[in-house]
Amino acid sequence: MLILECPCCGVRGEETEFHGGGEAHIKRSGPGSSDEAFHDYLFAKENPRGVHFERWRHVYGCGKWFHAARCTQTLEVFGTYSAQTTEPPQDIKDKISARRPGWTWREFA
Amino acid sequence: MKRYSVFAVAREAARYHTGWERAWKSPAPKKKYDVIIIGAGGHGLATAYYLGKNHGIRNVAIVEKGWLGGGNTGRNTTIIRSNYLQDPSAAIYEKARSLYETMSQDLNYNVMYSPRGVMMLAQTEHEVRGYLRTAHANALQGVDTRFIQPDEVKKLVPIINLDGPRYPVLGALWQARAGTARHDAVAWGYARACSDMGMDVIQQCEVTSIRQTGGKVTGVDTTKGSIDCDKLGIVVAGHSGVVADMAGFRLPIESVALQALVSEPIKPCMDVVVMANTVHGYMSQSDKGEMVIGGGADGYNNYTQRGSFHHIEETVRALVETFPMISRLKMLRQWGGIVDMTGDRSPILSKTPLEGCFINCGWGTGGFKAIPGSGWGMAELMAKGQSPLTDEFSLYRFREGKFIDESVAAGVAH
Repeated sequence: MLILECPCCGVRGEETEFHGGGEAHIKRSGPGSSDEAFHDYLFAKENPRGVHFERWRHVYGCGKWFHAARCTQTLEVFGTYSAQTTEPPQDIKDKISARRPGWTWREFA
Repeated sequence: MKRYSVFAVAREAARYHTGWERAWKSPAPKKKYDVIIIGAGGHGLATAYYLGKNHGIRNVAIVEKGWLGGGNTGRNTTIIRSNYLQDPSAAIYEKARSLYETMSQDLNYNVMYSPRGVMMLAQTEHEVRGYLRTAHANALQGVDTRFIQPDEVKKLVPIINLDGPRYPVLGALWQARAGTARHDAVAWGYARACSDMGMDVIQQCEVTSIRQTGGKVTGVDTTKGSIDCDKLGIVVAGHSGVVADMAGFRLPIESVALQALVSEPIKPCMDVVVMANTVHGYMSQSDKGEMVIGGGADGYNNYTQRGSFHHIEETVRALVETFPMISRLKMLRQWGGIVDMTGDRSPILSKTPLEGCFINCGWGTGGFKAIPGSGWGMAELMAKGQSPLTDEFSLYRFREGKFIDESVAAGVAH
């Protein structure tokens, strides 16, 4: 069972209280981008076995979106943080490094 | 290979069963093979089998991280059907279903194919319209299905409650020649036949990296040493993303856990497979008498092979409403497998950006039913560079916008 803490309202809840919103920190590609970049934006997924960053929504709570850093193999949650970021904050990265030395995810490490 | 037959049973009975041989050999890997298949599940073994049988390519190794058929091949609910909407899907699933009909004879291994009929309940007006459309599409594709009325549903499944307060049964899509088979036996039968053709089935051999030179695959490094190959087939279902990463490309796939459970065995009470997509549950009775139940997939990426508990609750709640007599049943076991979901819920059987490397993945929640058809098409693709069964299932269909949308036929239940 996955237990998350909403960084917006501070409530801890199990997964039925939240709704997963898929991969986080996707770089939007629009008109003028190459076909390759637009294809990757739409379809190529990060699907790691290990450290993953996702968007979640606290649907049966405050209703706000947030980000979660999570391990897809153990369901360990490294931390949750604001949706208003383009990359994981340093303290979250440090927490992950402490648990999973040498991790990388897309261009982050 | 000694053939299995009634005479073999009699012969062995007369000598205290001392003459049975191992069904397949467990050799150490050779230095080089023409073809390496990663993944000894149903799809990987079927690919190897048809490479040997249809295309004469027998210098083949099938490498497997765990044990043979221990992934989704041994974790599904064994349902076989081909009532899909789109033409390319109907072609490959119907090919698979027709190969299942004669598989026990082909492989000389009893896979216990039981064409008991599969029924997909329509419980809303939208579903009625959707299944009528599917029945018409199937008629054009030569797949034998029809839409049946509630009275016929009740005749086929006496234990069903037609007037559930929330979701009454308004009819069903019925495929009489669909059914079930013994999933382990499918993997074992193919492994035995592959081994008999001189192929090496190598278990507990995890691929750790894929070697390439000048954009062409040259071999794999494994926990049992490094092995060279001319062609490589990646057939690893839930872990496709992990292995594709070793080969240097990304896939339009996300991996989630899907789970199933079985009840204690009871006397025969239902001799068809019933699927109820609106309420997210499906059920059949195994030959041992257990009610085999499958439900929804998790809503987020994971590789845990167990699944979230609340999905069991949802599935069982829905089935109790449709089959009130199961409300007192005890559940014996629950398990999960990692399924590889594509955006259009159709598989990928394709060449890849790496020359000589082919991939067969994306079967999502419904790969078991497709095993022989998938192996047939994948083998042709690997041997000849293209196959009429797999052409539409290219990895590049997403770029071209040529989706094969099966979210209705495949969205939940398999």
